[in-house]
Amino acid sequence: MIEVIYALAGIGILFNFLGGIGLVRFPDVYTRLHAETKCTTFGSIFIVLAILLYELVNWSTNSWVMSFHSIIALIALIITNPAGAHAIARAAHRSGVHPKEAVVDSYEKVKR
Amino acid sequence: MKAFVITSAACFIFYLVLTAGSGAIGLWSIYEIIAGLLLSIIVGFVSQKYVGGRMSKKALDPMRWMRFFVYLIYPLFWEMLKSNVDVAIRVITMDIHPGIVKIDSKQNNDIGVTLLANSITLTPGTLTVDVDEKNNLYVHWIDVKKKQPKTEDVCGKMADWVRRITQ
Repeated sequence: MIEVIYALAGIGILFNFLGGIGLVRFPDVYTRLHAETKCTTFGSIFIVLAILLYELVNWSTNSWVMSFHSIIALIALIITNPAGAHAIARAAHRSGVHPKEAVVDSYEKVKR
Repeated sequence: MKAFVITSAACFIFYLVLTAGSGAIGLWSIYEIIAGLLLSIIVGFVSQKYVGGRMSKKALDPMRWMRFFVYLIYPLFWEMLKSNVDVAIRVITMDIHPGIVKIDSKQNNDIGVTLLANSITLTPGTLTVDVDEKNNLYVHWIDVKKKQPKTEDVCGKMADWVRRITQ
């Protein structure tokens, strides 16, 4: 059982790590948002799964607290993360940051 | 009155979840229960007209909630899994063709557009930048395959799922 917990935590840390690398390597703000906000959300899902499984295996009275709080943290993260990414991307485009290496930019012609 | 009761009950349940494990009555201590009751009654009284006015009967339909939870697992989590691996590979190989494309969201109400836009943003590779009055979404796509894509090219079957949940 402990191997499954390690595997879940490892997958989570791997995706968070790749998100951090993408933050450095990608060329502009939009592609960086892709790597940074969403790989970390996905990694956090796996880390929370690992916590839940750990609490399930080593069950005690206090496990309720840890499980509930990590689930609530995950729900808050899933709701706020796309909203934040959207807000940053829209603010960046409105203040004149154009996507680098862009194939197409349909949003540029929109009057605002 | 109905809105007041529903809001207070939701607040009280949320408070109990947050303070689980604090004492001997069930999982809670008597102080936490009393404080939670008082606070949720105050919050329900203050916010009843904001919550109650916007609540539609569709929110109480259990079939919609069933579909919503199925939606969270099959299309959404599966798409996240596939495209997270895809973006992780792109981080290493730097093989990107970014661009902002315009798609028709196929939705006719605000909750549907919000749910679809957040789902699109949660699947890596696509990021919702803006929405206009006709519910068209402007999506930043990390690997542009077509310059005028259809809805299915960007978000797969998610648009139809969201329409079935919210309409």
